[in-house]
Amino acid sequence: MDSLPPHMRPERSFQGLILTLQRFWADQGCVILQPYDMEVGAGTFHPATTLRALGPKPWKAAYVQPSRRPKDGRYGENPNRLQHYYQFQVILKPSPPDLQDLYLRSLGAIGVDTALHDVRFVEDDWESPTLGAWGLGWECWCDGMEVSQFTYFQQVAGVECAPVAGELTYGLERLAMYVQGVDRVYDLNFNGREGAEKVTYGDVFLQAEQEYSRHNFEHSDADMLFKQFAMAENACKKYLDAGWRGDKREAHLMALPAYDQCIKASHVFNLLDARGVISVTERQSYIGRVRDLAKACGEAWLKTEAGGAGAASPSPLGQGEAVRGKTT
Amino acid sequence: MPDLLLELFSEEIPARMQAKAAEDLRRMVTDRLVAEGLVYEAARAFATPRRLALTVHGIPARQSDLKEERKGPRVGGPDAAVQGFLKATGLASLDDAKIQRDPKKGDFYIALIEKPGRATLDVLADILPMIIRTFPWPKQMRWGERSAKSSALTWVRPLHSIVATFGIETEDPEVVAFDIAGITTGQTTRGHRFLAPEAFDVRRFADYESKLLDAKVVLDAQRRRDIILADAKTLAQAQGFDLVEDQVLLDEVAGLVEWPVVLMGAFDESFLTIPGEVIRATIRNNQKCFVVSDPTTGGLTNKFILTANIEASDGGAAIIAGNERVIRARLSDAKFFYETDLKTKLEDRLPKFDKIIFHEKLGTQKERIARIERLAAEIAPLVGADVEKTKRAARLAKADLLTEVVGEFPELQGLMGKYYALAQGEDGSVAAASEEHYKPQGPADRVPTDPTSIAVALADKLDTLVGFWAIDEKPTGSKDPFALRRAALGVIRLVIENGLRIRLVNVISDAMALLSENPKIRSTDHAIEIPASLLAFFADRLKGQLREQGARHDLVDAVFAQTPAPNLRSDSLRTGEGEAAVAAPTQDDLLMIVRRVEALGKFLDTEDGKTLRAGVKRASNILAIEEKKDKRLYDGAPDAALFRLDEEKALAAAIARLQPEATAAVAKEDFAGAMTAMAKLRPAVDAFFDKVKVNDDDAAVRENRLKLLNEIRAATRAVADFSKIQD
Repeated sequence: MDSLPPHMRPERSFQGLILTLQRFWADQGCVILQPYDMEVGAGTFHPATTLRALGPKPWKAAYVQPSRRPKDGRYGENPNRLQHYYQFQVILKPSPPDLQDLYLRSLGAIGVDTALHDVRFVEDDWESPTLGAWGLGWECWCDGMEVSQFTYFQQVAGVECAPVAGELTYGLERLAMYVQGVDRVYDLNFNGREGAEKVTYGDVFLQAEQEYSRHNFEHSDADMLFKQFAMAENACKKYLDAGWRGDKREAHLMALPAYDQCIKASHVFNLLDARGVISVTERQSYIGRVRDLAKACGEAWLKTEAGGAGAASPSPLGQGEAVRGKTT
Repeated sequence: MPDLLLELFSEEIPARMQAKAAEDLRRMVTDRLVAEGLVYEAARAFATPRRLALTVHGIPARQSDLKEERKGPRVGGPDAAVQGFLKATGLASLDDAKIQRDPKKGDFYIALIEKPGRATLDVLADILPMIIRTFPWPKQMRWGERSAKSSALTWVRPLHSIVATFGIETEDPEVVAFDIAGITTGQTTRGHRFLAPEAFDVRRFADYESKLLDAKVVLDAQRRRDIILADAKTLAQAQGFDLVEDQVLLDEVAGLVEWPVVLMGAFDESFLTIPGEVIRATIRNNQKCFVVSDPTTGGLTNKFILTANIEASDGGAAIIAGNERVIRARLSDAKFFYETDLKTKLEDRLPKFDKIIFHEKLGTQKERIARIERLAAEIAPLVGADVEKTKRAARLAKADLLTEVVGEFPELQGLMGKYYALAQGEDGSVAAASEEHYKPQGPADRVPTDPTSIAVALADKLDTLVGFWAIDEKPTGSKDPFALRRAALGVIRLVIENGLRIRLVNVISDAMALLSENPKIRSTDHAIEIPASLLAFFADRLKGQLREQGARHDLVDAVFAQTPAPNLRSDSLRTGEGEAAVAAPTQDDLLMIVRRVEALGKFLDTEDGKTLRAGVKRASNILAIEEKKDKRLYDGAPDAALFRLDEEKALAAAIARLQPEATAAVAKEDFAGAMTAMAKLRPAVDAFFDKVKVNDDDAAVRENRLKLLNEIRAATRAVADFSKIQD
């Protein structure tokens, strides 16, 4: 870390923090992915986590994911709450035996000294009703502040994880506020420069927070969103149906595009929820509808190559059909 | 004798599960040992965030040998029986069996089976893996490479190593050898995650505990609690303040650290404008820190106490600063919520309840609040409350459910309503009812005494009970998802502890009438049975309550049996005080029931009471036998002309004299007076049984005497059914 120029140091620069985490996890053999190019509520929604957590194949990845929580917008007036923020996501399948140590070392890499700071693993069982997923783990506290979530996935998209993946989610703004010693998210130094060259988090995102808060709470087009939800839901089902190869459902050829529609439905639901146009009873039913999509996508994923299909039981009949599929 | 040391070292175990897990481990291992014939001297179990540990002291080194004789088939018996016998006993041939002579039934074979006791070390190696595999964690998980298979071990969090040693104090112990989930047992453990992470070897409990202490791990949760409590008090008192003690928080915090280090931080004094309960909830729930009070004002100070898990190299300055920042942000949120809430009047929040479902079959919260308001208005005069105040209180009592602070801290419901009501200038009783109408929440909770609160609390609980009875969601067995038992007990305590005279049947029918006005609520077809069924539910709770307070359950039964069950005719229920209800009072006046039980208990403690009870019981028993034999009741009035003996006449005269006296006393609710009147019967009853033979040869005389016995029974029933009282 001493070799880093000052503007790249995690305790001085938001981007420096991100780059340090990426380097750390690259050194652990992770593929460093870029954010998924769709609106999602959390890094977990990225197919690199949701879908890759399923099936027998080993997988190690890390990436930043911009996450949208329309309801959390505060018009840029709250020092901590944002409707758009960054998560740093690490997924390791199977979970390695030293995952806690790796996590603590990653904190060390960004300047959290465990001889000086009180790092704690506090029970937090994770559950995502929309993804049909749950796991056991902790909130990781640093001096009383939750800086990460640490989860051993047990089930995703309604499917038992075999083997289990370990998931780490760092709340990047919080962590940066902590290491930079800043109380207001908009005061974070983004680029690590000083004086005229300094760009803050507020310079980058304050206007967006204000605009999106107006949009999310007051102006988003609810009629359009209701339609979009229905369209995404129908498209997801349509792509899933079309993706099955043959009648026996032994292989699927379009799990990823179908899952995109599931992600879309989930985000549209979040927008509708923020707009306050979904009643308490309807809310459960919308969540259930997204979960049904996620489960169907998970089921399809397991019949794709990356989902591990074919590895265990190669099917000559299936291959024949694939050839036929190509010719038509 | 040798000792066992077992340590299961894992990733962080949730604090709330640790104590039970330690106890489960102790119970499972010791139960299994005893079942294997290995009686131990003592066992203790411990839990920290990262380990479960167990020491069992004084286990025999071996099981004792087992000798058993097993009876076989008779000599010359069928071959199948012989083969079965050989197989079951493990004998090679009949030559190894003994022959038992039996001249009556014929000779038969006996197998002498000698089962040598196993070494305890081997027994442990069998039972420990089994216990680990079946350990009852409330939630468990799979992890790592092995989780690809469904047979993978599950544990509360990934399990890393196991220490299992067995041996006597003076020698190096042996390792109880087994493999589970890729872990091989050994003697190696680790200390504190940050302060002493190196591995080290242990032999037995004594060096285990002391080496852990050297490695910055306090094994015993009680000791961690003691340290935290003592240090927290010292820190607070050093500044002239008091720690606000909190046992639940203390238990939790002791489960979050292996090496407790107590530190004090502060927050900006301007936050002290927020109600103390909100500050405490914020700091306690979110940050697991204690708050501190100022003995001169009685209120909170701007200090808090945190428990770190490390001795930091800077003495804790960075940890305190970090926690202060988080608490500042949390309190900013809380202050914002509180101030936002104050901007909206409670009644302006009510329309939103129209959108909130109370229960899918019981309509919206808005409808429920309207019912409670009307029911509370009916109850108000019965409990001496002002009707208008009560209606206002009922209307506002639940409004705080829609505030930001209660959304954040549900446990502050009611209390926040009180603050907000006072802030908008409501009457003190109206404001108090917001908090108090939820009470009493449990046996330890306070019962409200302000009439307004009592009326709203009764209305709230009775609407709940009648509602769930109407949709047939009564508690069954251990299932009581809507806490209806608690609601019923709440009604009972409200009535009795405030000395209230309330005919529950009337209030229940009022509540039912209000419920039936809502066409969306479809009660089950058994609406007519609801009052009786609910009263029986109250009776059961009341019996339980009285028993818990030390009243004899038979006295409770005797009082309950004294009058018939409530009349179920719907017309009398609708009108409340129907003719039938007056003629045969039902047991729905809880206070009177309790008074009767008390008076009866006192009476039975006297010599008169005991003897009279014996007499009445004798009369009841004789009657029961003869009535059964003759298949008829002896319930008519006796004929004075048929009395032969003076004792009969005297008894009849005594009953004639005393019965009106007792009945009048009961009518005045003077139960002690009724008992005193009843006591005067005693000499006549004693003399009767002493001199008179009931089953006289003359059938007419016998019948007359039985009728006289019935008079005794009937007279005493004014107070209680004496036949239910046990010796």
